[in-house]
Amino acid sequence: MNFIIGAFKPACNVSITFSDGKSRKQVPLKNENGQTVTVPLFQSQETIAGKISVEPVSGKKVEHNGIKVELLGQIEMYFDRGNFYDFTSLVRELDVPGEIYERKTYPFEFSSVEMPYETYNGANVRLRYVLKVTVSRGYAGSIVEHQNFVVRNYTPPPSINNSIKMEVGIEDCLHIEFEYNKGKYHLKDVIVGKIYFLLVRIKLKNMDLEIRRRESTGSGANTHVETETLAKFELMDGAPVRGESIPIRLFLSPYELTPTYRNINNKFSVKYYLNLVLVDEEDRRYFKQQEITMYRLQETS
Amino acid sequence: MMISNGIEDEEKWLAEGMAGIQHNAFYLHRALDSNNLREALKYSALLLSELRTSRLSPHKYYELYMRAFDELRRLEMFFKDENRHGCSVVDLYELVQHAGNILPRLYLLCTVGSVYIKSKEAPAKDVLKDLVEMCRGVQHPIRGLFLRSYLAQISRDELPDIASEYESEGDTFMDAVEFVLQNFAEMNKLWVRMQHQGPLREREKLDKERNELRDLVGKNLHVLSQIEGVDLEIYRDTVLPRVLEQVVNCKDELAQYYLMDCIIQVFPDEYHLQTLETLLGACPQLQSAVDIKTVLSRLMERLSNYAASSPEVLPEFLQVEAFTKLSNAIGKVIEAQVDMPIVGAITLYVSLLTFTLHVHPDRLDYVDQVLGECVKKLSGKAKLQDSRVTKQVVALLSAPLEKYNDIVTALTLSNYPRVMDHLDAATNKVMAMVIIQSIMKNNTCVSTSDKVEVLFELIKGLIKDIEGTSTDELDEEDFKEEQNSVARLMHMLYNDDPEEMLKIINTVWKHIMAGGPKRLPFTVPPLVFSTLKLVRRLQVQDGDVAGEEVPATPKKIFQILNQIIEALSVVPSPELALRLYLQCAEAANDCDLEPVAYEFFTQAFVLYEEEVADSKAQVTAIHLIIGTLQRMNVFGIENRDTLTHKATGYSAKLLKKPDQCRAVYACSHLFWVDDQDGIKDGERVLLCLKRSLRIANAAQQMVNVTRGSSGPVTLFVEILNKYLYFFEKGSPQITGAAIQGLIELIKTEMQSDSTTSNPASDAFFASTLRYIRFQKQKGGVMGEKYDPIKL
Repeated sequence: MNFIIGAFKPACNVSITFSDGKSRKQVPLKNENGQTVTVPLFQSQETIAGKISVEPVSGKKVEHNGIKVELLGQIEMYFDRGNFYDFTSLVRELDVPGEIYERKTYPFEFSSVEMPYETYNGANVRLRYVLKVTVSRGYAGSIVEHQNFVVRNYTPPPSINNSIKMEVGIEDCLHIEFEYNKGKYHLKDVIVGKIYFLLVRIKLKNMDLEIRRRESTGSGANTHVETETLAKFELMDGAPVRGESIPIRLFLSPYELTPTYRNINNKFSVKYYLNLVLVDEEDRRYFKQQEITMYRLQETS
Repeated sequence: MMISNGIEDEEKWLAEGMAGIQHNAFYLHRALDSNNLREALKYSALLLSELRTSRLSPHKYYELYMRAFDELRRLEMFFKDENRHGCSVVDLYELVQHAGNILPRLYLLCTVGSVYIKSKEAPAKDVLKDLVEMCRGVQHPIRGLFLRSYLAQISRDELPDIASEYESEGDTFMDAVEFVLQNFAEMNKLWVRMQHQGPLREREKLDKERNELRDLVGKNLHVLSQIEGVDLEIYRDTVLPRVLEQVVNCKDELAQYYLMDCIIQVFPDEYHLQTLETLLGACPQLQSAVDIKTVLSRLMERLSNYAASSPEVLPEFLQVEAFTKLSNAIGKVIEAQVDMPIVGAITLYVSLLTFTLHVHPDRLDYVDQVLGECVKKLSGKAKLQDSRVTKQVVALLSAPLEKYNDIVTALTLSNYPRVMDHLDAATNKVMAMVIIQSIMKNNTCVSTSDKVEVLFELIKGLIKDIEGTSTDELDEEDFKEEQNSVARLMHMLYNDDPEEMLKIINTVWKHIMAGGPKRLPFTVPPLVFSTLKLVRRLQVQDGDVAGEEVPATPKKIFQILNQIIEALSVVPSPELALRLYLQCAEAANDCDLEPVAYEFFTQAFVLYEEEVADSKAQVTAIHLIIGTLQRMNVFGIENRDTLTHKATGYSAKLLKKPDQCRAVYACSHLFWVDDQDGIKDGERVLLCLKRSLRIANAAQQMVNVTRGSSGPVTLFVEILNKYLYFFEKGSPQITGAAIQGLIELIKTEMQSDSTTSNPASDAFFASTLRYIRFQKQKGGVMGEKYDPIKL
């Protein structure tokens, strides 16, 4: 079969290397076909620079109408498959039309690129960054090479971070007061808090704290909302009595969370909620959902 | 059916749980062997998930827990060795908290927590505080109790205590105390909460299950008591108030009872003594169904033993006024627990009494006070019917007797008789017997009339019939025994001072008079003899008796005696009275009181004439009279003649001839008193003997007439012996010839055909003859005297 493949082999090999590729942090990324690959990690305002080498397959010359590299930031909606909305598009022309006989290397640099949005793989939407090298050819179709990379943007800790405190209940049945120490958590944060039982007239069996992700895509009538429970963490076993206070300590690090995204390019939003669920002996569920804001904190290490 | 199914199901569930643990333990071991932390955490969490079951009773759950516990020990070893898993203990502490289910999470957290403390990377107190807080997440009683008990267990060796390696500047034993107290409080809450789970009809089962779990809770108190830093001050200011607060506030009888007992048992006596007020202050606040009496009893028992352990601690008791505090506390408890049965109250008083007897044996006022409280409690109630109450009251009353071994002490207790009054008649008697036995055993002498008065008040159940009880149902033997005891008791009432002794006698007399005809025959004789003893004592110190004002003169005493014996007439018991009169007469004789003695004899004769009807009794009586009269030396000739004449007269009037014969020859002694200045009237001796001989002859003839054969010669031999006696004493009227004649007569009688031989009388005669022969051969004065008699 090799010869057939060989026949359709592109006329040249295009490879992209980053100038700081050795030292840059690599992170796993799931690509379109579900495979996980490791790709370099960038953040906004970073300079993306490197080399692109084009090497014709042994001894053949490659004619082209020009070589360019694009840095694309794209949003892909699954229900609108195949349509990419490029919210960022930068181009560098690498070569004027001509012929390449041997391996040729072009340095490139996008300096201080504005990449406001983070790479995201959601249920209905994907946001990705890619370097796209195009060797344009008139007749045989262009040779295109993609290099994905991941963008994560760090936020400083919020200056105001109030706790979430609330008293809820069903009249004459159940009154509780819960408190989460913050309203905004970073991804490796710990949720600390407590639930105070003011009145318990139903026989509770247990109490869980859930982390839910709500992803809404589209706008207006076309809004799609997908809610996913990322964590189910048992807080309490058995029936408390009035006056009990149950501690909460939930480490967020084991869960695959992202920062909260609000109205990214008018295409989608990702929000996080803490859902406190109380289950009684008849398996009835009583719950209270509270939004929390997630943010990415610069890791010190 | 349902129950058996329940048990079978439980077995099945337990087996399933065990299998689950077994299964996951296999993978856990594999993970541990390959130092795979992630797998180890995964399988240990799965393993621990088996403990999430709600279907097992505490007993079965314990089995499951123990199985999981073993595995956790293994895991702990693994955690300790950082080289094996390459994860710092701080990270590990976070890592185990990722587990989604709370129960496995907390077990793992506790396990790592113990490693964390050992590593000393964080202050022990912070870790402990965190653990004890986090465990709040488990609110299910059984699961929570076991989890917390696990926490207590693994943290035990890591508590920062004085001189422990975990004590540092920031970590003191107070943190350990705080930790244990908090864990205790939470465990107790869970334990109490069990009570409110499940339907009412399963109450009994629940109680049983809860009882099985109680030691898990109590263990905390034990741990507290072992923290070295907990000295008296800490105990008084922190530990005890906190524990008591928990006990009181939980409002659960089972818990309150158990925990109070626990406190008393695990902490040192010395602490209890110094914190009595606090400890006792909690008692009235407990639920009314709590068996406080047992709790308090145990406390007092412990304190008593403590007091007994060494005399050095006694001042402490005094210093803290232990008795007053206990007494007040008991009062309050009884007041607070309105429905406490009376038996409970009395039991408490018994304990208090035991306590005070041990600790303050010298404080009789305390004892009396306790008894007084008892009286207060009992007053207004009818006589006690409940046997348990009775038993307790008897215990209450016996305690001082046993302790002091001296009834006299008890007699000074003013409330003692009042308590006794509340006993029913039967028990009252039993108690009275106990008192008497105590006196007898200890040879206690009751020496004042006041005390005697009190004593008789105490034992009045034996002294007289108590109203409302019929005497019919009395057991004759028991009655006799009781009365004999009373009789013995009378000899213990004694005082060297005659005046006081007389008072005692008067008091006793007053009391036994109330005894009625059934008791008097038992009670009069000892009193009479006791009185006679006094008389004889006075007679010895005769010379000292001076002046008429002295109340205890023999004369007066004899008057009393007379009255006493007269009382027997209501019984009636003439034989007994007669004997007593004779005794008195003899005593009067010794006191040289002729008219008195005469009077007593008169009384005796009157009785003989009017009351003694039975012929056998008459025989006995007449012999007694003769015997006594013979020893009298106080009488003048006239009086003596009158009396001897009477006696001889009565002798001759006895019903049967042999009796007549014997009485008459006995009368011979009345005329021959073998004293220096005794009467020696040989003439009348001979008369008597001759008369008896005549009667013997008549008797022999009567037998001959009625039976066709003569009776034995016994009477003759007896008379012969009398002859020999007077012969030897030197009575001139008794001659050898008379004796010779009598011997011949007997020999003739014996050889006569009609005489039936009697071996006894033959032997008697033979030995009499042998005696005569012996005297003859002996020679000397007596030999010469006997010489003329030919055999």
